[in-house]
Amino acid sequence: MTIEETQKEIISEFKVFDDWFGRHGHLIELGKSLPPLAPEYKTENNLVKGCQVKTWFHSAAKDGKMFYSIDSESALIRGIISLLARIFSGQTPEEIKNADLFFVDKVGLEEDFSPMRANSVFKIASRIKADAAAARGAGGTGQN
Amino acid sequence: MDNQFVYDIARIRSDFPILGQKVHGKPLVYFDNGATTQKPQTVIDTINRIHCEQNSNVHRGLHYLSDQMTKMYEAAREKTRAYINARDTKEIIFTSGVTASINTVAFSFGEAYVKEGDEIIVSEMEHHSNIVPWQMLCRRKGARLRVIPFNDEGELLFDEYRKLINDRTRLVAVVHVSNSLGTVNPVKEITAIAHEKNVPVLVDGAQAIQHMTVDVRDIDCDFYGFSGHKIYGPTGTGVLYGKECWLKEMPPFLGGGDMIDRVTFEQTTYADLPAKYEAGTPNYIGAVGLGAALDYLTAIGLENIREYEKGLVEYGMEKLSAIDGLKIYGTAKNKSCVFSFSLAGVHAYDAGVYLDKMGIAVRTGQFCTHPIWDRFKVEGAVRASLALYNTKEEIDYLCGSLKEIKKMFG
Repeated sequence: MTIEETQKEIISEFKVFDDWFGRHGHLIELGKSLPPLAPEYKTENNLVKGCQVKTWFHSAAKDGKMFYSIDSESALIRGIISLLARIFSGQTPEEIKNADLFFVDKVGLEEDFSPMRANSVFKIASRIKADAAAARGAGGTGQN
Repeated sequence: MDNQFVYDIARIRSDFPILGQKVHGKPLVYFDNGATTQKPQTVIDTINRIHCEQNSNVHRGLHYLSDQMTKMYEAAREKTRAYINARDTKEIIFTSGVTASINTVAFSFGEAYVKEGDEIIVSEMEHHSNIVPWQMLCRRKGARLRVIPFNDEGELLFDEYRKLINDRTRLVAVVHVSNSLGTVNPVKEITAIAHEKNVPVLVDGAQAIQHMTVDVRDIDCDFYGFSGHKIYGPTGTGVLYGKECWLKEMPPFLGGGDMIDRVTFEQTTYADLPAKYEAGTPNYIGAVGLGAALDYLTAIGLENIREYEKGLVEYGMEKLSAIDGLKIYGTAKNKSCVFSFSLAGVHAYDAGVYLDKMGIAVRTGQFCTHPIWDRFKVEGAVRASLALYNTKEEIDYLCGSLKEIKKMFG
């Protein structure tokens, strides 16, 4: 599935929720189903810096595709991470670089993605693209 | 408390226009007063009126507006002196906030009296603004920072404090009321112990001055600092109280206009107190706004405020403690209306996001007191910090909301 198709699928899934509490209740459930990050990746180095919530970020490029392993102590952020991982993991750096995260506004998560929020979401979204760009430069292999 | 006094909470709330609004469709419950307090109409009107009718730089011109503005600025200084019962207006320095107040002492006192091998004592419950300036001083001078620990309730350990004071101690800097734990420290006793060894004391009063009568002569501290915006006054205002004997002897912190007597390229002589510590154009409009805030509090009566808020503390502790899985950090016997807590199974950030959607403004995280949360070995908490306009009904609403949140994350 392409990045665009996955986002459209997410928008359609969120249509059943008509308010903030419904959408965020769904995020909590999504967060619960996100597999926890392997302990070896929960290192000081992998912590997303400058965030109120401990969030770990690890990316790897394999066979020209990006794979993201992200985890957070916040259930809400875990929910958002599960969406981002679903959208971007397994995509090529080129596709990730050009991707527009149009689902954020459509499902009413713009506040969660605001750079003014003291959370990790904005930084995670930036890292996803930055690491893809770095992997693209390195020929589509390596770890960050 | 005067038995005849009726604490008219509806009238008090109506004095604060911001409180009437809705947030996310819910009536605003403003529980972030530890970060900043809201402003009564009288403060807003005072600032607005000055901008419309009286603005002119102070201490400079002999024209009408400047003269009027200077009188108002100095009247605000007198109000501040009276509010904390300082001896003289020379002992009241207007600053940009308590951070500037503490940094002024850390620099000026440090330059004059701290040398290699000396020690400065702070407590484990200090705000970063009463840690970092002393650390910077210690680095500059090769001095050492010593720390008074606190117990599980959030009360300072006096036996440890007594052990820390020695011949190398140059100053004790301690918080009056902890912004994270709400502990009201016995600063008079802390000062007396330091004075036994002739060690001066600085008290960070940022979270005390709005909740209780502060009498610097009774405390006998050498320095006392606070911020205007936490006492219903404008942002960018603050006060440093210092005993005249210290302020006279210490060198100034910032150099510039207004703090000088005579300048030549060879040498500068400094102005008398308090101008010596007020380089540049001061925030004179802010200071007058702060004076209006002090007038407002004085009219209600600090003892009446203390009594009303004591009721909020007792009620809040009882109701919050009854919530299954809720842990309160800071259970000192003498406690101000600050409730820091964690909710089992819910990250503080998540709780904060949900509370916001319910119209409740709280703070989450570590509240600029990292060492406190290192001591408790937790990543942070939710903090509800109350003020004179909050109510028991709002506490009930917070508790109900927390129970709902717990269910959602369960």
